[in-house]
Amino acid sequence: MSSLNLNWFKYAAPQRFYGLAGSLIPWFVVSGVILTIIGLVIGLGIAPTDHQQGDSYRIIFIHVPAAWMSMLIYLVMAFWAAIGLIFNARLASMLALSLAPTGAIMTFIALWTGAVWGKPTWGTWWVWDARLTSELVLLFLYFGFLSLHASIEDVRKADRSAALLAIVGVINVPIIYFSVKWWNTLHQGASVSLTKAPTMATQMLTGMLIMVFAFWMYSIAVALYRCRNLILERERHADWVKEVL
Amino acid sequence: MSTNASGFKIFQGVIARDLRLALRRKSDSLAVLIFFAVVASLFPLGIGPEQNLLMQIAPGMLWIAALLAAMLSLHKIFSEDFMDGSLDQIALTALPLPLVVLAKTIAHWISSGLLLALISPILALQFNLPMDTVGVLFISLLLGTPLLSLIGSIGAGLTLASRGGGTLLALIILPLVSPVLIFGAGAVESYQSGLGVAAHFSLLGAMLAIALFLAPFASAASIRIALE
Repeated sequence: MSSLNLNWFKYAAPQRFYGLAGSLIPWFVVSGVILTIIGLVIGLGIAPTDHQQGDSYRIIFIHVPAAWMSMLIYLVMAFWAAIGLIFNARLASMLALSLAPTGAIMTFIALWTGAVWGKPTWGTWWVWDARLTSELVLLFLYFGFLSLHASIEDVRKADRSAALLAIVGVINVPIIYFSVKWWNTLHQGASVSLTKAPTMATQMLTGMLIMVFAFWMYSIAVALYRCRNLILERERHADWVKEVL
Repeated sequence: MSTNASGFKIFQGVIARDLRLALRRKSDSLAVLIFFAVVASLFPLGIGPEQNLLMQIAPGMLWIAALLAAMLSLHKIFSEDFMDGSLDQIALTALPLPLVVLAKTIAHWISSGLLLALISPILALQFNLPMDTVGVLFISLLLGTPLLSLIGSIGAGLTLASRGGGTLLALIILPLVSPVLIFGAGAVESYQSGLGVAAHFSLLGAMLAIALFLAPFASAASIRIALE
């Protein structure tokens, strides 16, 4: 039992995690690059042209992975923030803070690529569709987390306050999602539906899934890299940091 | 038994104290009401005086105006007590902190949200809304504004230790209260279109019940972080 616990908590010390993250990052970077190349070759080269949307559908190889990551990262961020708040674990809070900018960027990419796709397909940059609106609210939640953290000078207080906000946000996300969905069905504003054709060519699906994994690798690599910087910044008075630099 | 009785007394005492403070500074509550009226009057100036259009957008517009007005006074729930140190004293009372927070939130609602709901019929008449629709708007604000105070109290606690102030508070709270706006304004709109209000009022009530239970715990936690 004790050896199991040791494994779990060994890397909770920022110094050890700094080393671990440093040796893991190259792996995630390399696999991210390889997966991106494979995914883009399949997506842009091999996958067939859609008979309804033409080639403009190919944005899904960026759009769908970004949208999935934007939601997943919020959950992971809230998870680490909660661990940091409950167990007073510094590293967990740093991980949460490292994930937030990546999540915000993913949300923005999802919205942006959606708009770029919507213009030729729907003829409009934006519709107040349930998914678009809730994704926009998600972006605001990321902004709230980041600005609250940035506005509190005491780092530990900032960690804890932002963590509480992230947890409140997670409880609220389903409520926001369903309220926006029902709001949308009541208004019946958008005549277009996001519902895709029921079947999807195998190559399209393969390319999309590979791109999802590529986005995973990218997000992990970037978050770890940011976390390493945070560790250096916060532990700058420690002896081991002076040795590293 | 005696602790329970004294706990309830403290609960009442906190509400009475905050209400007395609000009464002694009427200008604060008045400013919120005037802001509500000013924002509501700006909409026709921006959109144009066409009565049918204004009638159509009045429910959503009045709700947004009330929402913004409620944001204005939110930080006052805790900030003054935090500055002069009385929040530390209040946190040490025999009553659990979440209940103290609930008492302060109720007092805040009475001195802001309730007043907003009470003057909303007058503003609604300016937009030519029929009497029964005005009634629905009034009830939807009566159900919705406590939610704004409850969810807002979390943000008020979180921003105590920050430099951000009111803008930051609005930034973190407004996305969280978007469901309140949807169902609050939606109730009036669905009444206007003949769909009935039961669904919207039920959902608002359900959210109020959940927030009444959970929000005080979250704001108490946020205050503890600020007081550390």
